[in-house]
Amino acid sequence: MPESTAARRPAWVARLLTRDAALIAVLVLVLVLASAALPRFASPVTVGYLLLNAVPVLLLALPMTLIIITGEIDLSVASTVGITTATIGSLNLAGWEFLPAVLVALLVGVIAGAVNGALIAFVGLPSLAVTIGTLALYRGLTLVLIGDNSVSSSQYPEGFTSLINAKVGATGIPIVMGFVILAAAVFIIVLHATPFGRGLYALGFSKEAATFVGVHVPWAKFWLFTASGLVAAFVGVFWSTYYSARSDSANGLELTVIAAVLLGGVSIFGGRGTVIGALTGVLIISNINYALRLQRVPDVVLIIITGSLLIVSVVGPSVVDAARRRIQRARRHRTRPLAEARGIDGA
Amino acid sequence: MEFLRKHGSSPRRRLLTFAATGTVAALLLSACAADAGGEAGGGEGSSEGASISFIPKNLNNPYITLELSGAKEAAEELGFTYAEAAPLDAGADSQIPFIQTEVQNGTQILAVSPNDPDAVCPALEDARAGGAKIITFDSDSAVECRDLFINQTSVEGVAAGQLEQLFDQIGGTGEIAILSATAAAPNQNAWIEAMIQQIEESDEYEWDLVATVYGDDDDTKSFQEAQGLLQSYPDLAGIISPTTVGIAATARYLSTSEYKGQVALVGLGLPGQMKEYLDDGTVQAFALWDPSEVGYLTAYAGKALLEGTITGAEGDTFDAGKLGSYTVGPDGLVIVGELLKFTPENIDEYDYISF
Repeated sequence: MPESTAARRPAWVARLLTRDAALIAVLVLVLVLASAALPRFASPVTVGYLLLNAVPVLLLALPMTLIIITGEIDLSVASTVGITTATIGSLNLAGWEFLPAVLVALLVGVIAGAVNGALIAFVGLPSLAVTIGTLALYRGLTLVLIGDNSVSSSQYPEGFTSLINAKVGATGIPIVMGFVILAAAVFIIVLHATPFGRGLYALGFSKEAATFVGVHVPWAKFWLFTASGLVAAFVGVFWSTYYSARSDSANGLELTVIAAVLLGGVSIFGGRGTVIGALTGVLIISNINYALRLQRVPDVVLIIITGSLLIVSVVGPSVVDAARRRIQRARRHRTRPLAEARGIDGA
Repeated sequence: MEFLRKHGSSPRRRLLTFAATGTVAALLLSACAADAGGEAGGGEGSSEGASISFIPKNLNNPYITLELSGAKEAAEELGFTYAEAAPLDAGADSQIPFIQTEVQNGTQILAVSPNDPDAVCPALEDARAGGAKIITFDSDSAVECRDLFINQTSVEGVAAGQLEQLFDQIGGTGEIAILSATAAAPNQNAWIEAMIQQIEESDEYEWDLVATVYGDDDDTKSFQEAQGLLQSYPDLAGIISPTTVGIAATARYLSTSEYKGQVALVGLGLPGQMKEYLDDGTVQAFALWDPSEVGYLTAYAGKALLEGTITGAEGDTFDAGKLGSYTVGPDGLVIVGELLKFTPENIDEYDYISF
């Protein structure tokens, strides 16, 4: 698998570009269709609500993209959001000021991520197992911290809550989006324009190959999961000021994030994907959901649609790959009858 | 990863494929079942043809379905355009997008049953700014975020009724536990608080409340919590479950376990759902009100608010169709009625209360 893919490198670079372009085209199509079909859709109100509700998923998708590209996964992000909101909430109940509470929450997020990172990178455990464990562990700690209390945004200084809800002029675009764009820029640069980032793709294909090209595999993984914890902590801060801090804050959000990232063309097998693609995936799902909800389509239907989209986007490329490989092998058989007899990689 | 690497890429692939499939499966599974009604549309005019939207805690809950059936009935009587929308889970924040949608749809009466009293406030304020009348039903938001709160019966009444039923069965001593819905459900917590207070204040109630557990209004989780309770506290004399999902799941567990008839179970249950457990002796008594009346009264209260006959001030009175006339209490509270107690003697009169 590694050698054959490496041989096709220029081809997959080209395919990545077209995949991103196709995704953006789908997003535009969704926007055009929704605006044409729903009179209330194209309005600043939509922009505001939709983007604010998408902020957590947009942010969490950034580190998740990098992690999935390296062939790992982080299932504990939503629980980390939970534990950081609970930190802010319970410190608020204990009489702390907002800003110090936020700093502690960010620290908690970093620690939560670093624990994942250390177990995966230095102990060498599979990320799936580690983060399933911390998914439950962090959610449990959240419940211990905040119990059945609910601390809402009305408890915090007016300035912060109005900042969260502030819009850029009459466009309806929330000011917080500036932070999201900044964070996205950082991740795009790290992934696509640094040796570290390019090393992550190598890591997704083969750990040995990545080591040979100079990637320090354990540290790379450690920093990725720590970054994931930090971003989750920022989402936690947003969550507690926009929604509220409760034991079930962001419960189950990791599935939405992973679904959107996969829909955005990041390969679950690692080694393939872009930040722009992942973010487009998030926006496609948010827009479809928002538009259908505006038509009062029941949530049951929404979930079925999201699930089907995901299956199509994950299965689609695999089927294409399998077909292509079959053709290649047939061709190779004609020229070299004793070529490697390897099975088709299924999904 | 080391191990997996040495054996080529396929086991790792299987792991990750498992994760991917899991994600998909979870998305799809949570989509199972459910009939979420809801017709689109929005009308104009003072009251006739007005639009009313109900946002309960979640859908797929038999209690809520029944509640909304009353709301739908009243909306038809009043000629309102009726809509309902809610998330699939009773999470604190999952209701907010639904409120926002109704705001954007320009609904004139917004009836909400908040999963979190404060988190919904900003969205409700948006709705109000758009001219909508806000009513909470079942569980309340912060007082300043709504015009009226329609409650089934007083918090004290609910607490006292359940404690009396438990006392009748096990007397005033022994270990008891509470199986609630979600840890932050305002109505559940208010009842639990009132029960704890009444136990402390009463001379007759000498119970030892050993645990309060949360089944999240999820049938499976409630069932497992009930199992866990009886395993952890083998001497448990009684369980109070002030939620229809919880009491049904607990009764189902008890009915097939060695504890059947040994552990008393009281709480708030749907007669249609609980009848079999009364019949087989798992449960001796439970209580509720007619949930459809809550929805019905909410719609009529919405009409009165919209027409301006009431403002939500204490002492305002309004007509509520088949239920008669109601008066607004302090803090905009309207109480539907008394707690209705069910026993094997009267269950057949009420078993229409089901889903």
